[in-house]
Amino acid sequence: MSSLRFTEQALSDWMRCGGSHSEIVISSRMRIARNLEHLPFPLLASAEQSEEVLEQLAPVFQGEASADFGNFQLLRLDELDELDKKVLVEKHLISPNLADDSKGGAVILNEDESVSIMINEEDHLRIQCLFPGLQVREAWVRATAIDDIFEAAVNYAFDDRRGYLTSCPTNVGTGLRASVMVHLPALVMTHQINRILSAVNQVGLTVRGIYGEGSEAVGNIFQISNQITLGQTESEIIENLHSVVTQIIEHERNARERLLVDSALRITDRIKRSYGILAYAAVMELKESAQRLSDLRLGVDLGILEGPSISVLNELNVKTQPGFLQKLFGDELSSTERDMYRAKLLRETLGSQH
Amino acid sequence: MLCQECGVKPATLHFTKIVNGEKTEFHICESCAREKGELIPGTAGGFSIHSLLSGLLDLESAGKGKSEAAQTVQGLHCENCGMTYSQFSKLGRFGCSSCYKYFDSTLDPLFRRVHGSTAHVGKLPKRAGAQIMCKRQIDELKQELQQSIMQEEFETAAELRDRIRKLEKEMPQE
Repeated sequence: MSSLRFTEQALSDWMRCGGSHSEIVISSRMRIARNLEHLPFPLLASAEQSEEVLEQLAPVFQGEASADFGNFQLLRLDELDELDKKVLVEKHLISPNLADDSKGGAVILNEDESVSIMINEEDHLRIQCLFPGLQVREAWVRATAIDDIFEAAVNYAFDDRRGYLTSCPTNVGTGLRASVMVHLPALVMTHQINRILSAVNQVGLTVRGIYGEGSEAVGNIFQISNQITLGQTESEIIENLHSVVTQIIEHERNARERLLVDSALRITDRIKRSYGILAYAAVMELKESAQRLSDLRLGVDLGILEGPSISVLNELNVKTQPGFLQKLFGDELSSTERDMYRAKLLRETLGSQH
Repeated sequence: MLCQECGVKPATLHFTKIVNGEKTEFHICESCAREKGELIPGTAGGFSIHSLLSGLLDLESAGKGKSEAAQTVQGLHCENCGMTYSQFSKLGRFGCSSCYKYFDSTLDPLFRRVHGSTAHVGKLPKRAGAQIMCKRQIDELKQELQQSIMQEEFETAAELRDRIRKLEKEMPQE
């Protein structure tokens, strides 16, 4: 087992504090894509050119300029083992793309893991800031400040008319992808979710599952982000997302209250059954554990369950992922073994709190 | 219906692929689809944004058929990284920042489809953007100037004119 700090803990330090609306909003994330002038994008860059990108970008965030944002450590992807990479993906600290194709790939992380700077991903530079709860404005302030530090040190590929030039035409302009991870069990249970999601699509936002699982969001967790990056200012993008998410929170709140009024017994039964199954099952598939953990989260928020804390549930969401289970229980687990260890982990964490 | 690949699990994905006008129907289960990296809408490993973009770009040339314009577009290439337009339309990604310059004539329709817009209005890099920022400011002042003239506020207009002149003098050169 590697001694890498970033892959030992399931929960990044920033995840431990709630942030606003944390009963519904898990996290807010800003990502800014940037490229250096003259060098080909990572898609076409040679090994030497990727090294050159790394040499230009890496020192920027190990100097004094970055001290305001914590101490940073650079990890080269080619020096990490497969399991560590998988865990970094499960913690959302790197993208699956960076983990798979690491020609000159690196990530610069600060100690609480709220800032993750990817080098040689699809673009030369991807600055990512993660905040707990609904804090899109705060996350943008930090991301743009980090962007300014890089901009003062290197020449970005920028065009008067098209803005920041990116490898993919869907990121050109601001290079900004602002997203919010929300837990919407009541909207799913009351069958309102599809109507809301299609409305979200109509205002230039897009919805995905948390680990790119497609339309079927695991554990009722959805990621809502901006689709448009050209022709809108960053603040328009952020305010649009903030306002839409605020409305979704309102709908989810109302749906939760209605559930409590209309079907209190059924919902209480469902939540307590989920607790029972998580606390005693011997085999647990990922999909089921995600769904039942979602029930627990709802139960805690509705006051039907007294524990576990939201922080423990966030932790379990990450720890029950395949990479983390292997990290905890052994490198080469078959899928049946994973299901068994997942159940064991859940029993040990939740069973003791009766 | 059973999955046509493994023949064990029920097929949950049904889709039609059209390649060069040839239709093929697929009925497969999710795990086979994932393994084969087939096109599953909305999944990371399958139907990617790049394949969607490349569809849009192909549409662009398909619409024009084998006209002269289409041939000119297909002949485009980036002199910096060597990427050809047909590579770009297959990959749905640029090879370097100069591609934007060499493929410029084809980009407005693409950006309009993806973003509903063709021009950046957001953040500017402080150093390289100083000139652009200055230009934007001058444009804004010129509009204000027009308005104040129309409203016969000549004192304000004179003030604005002086500010514009000053900015034009101070504008950083490329």
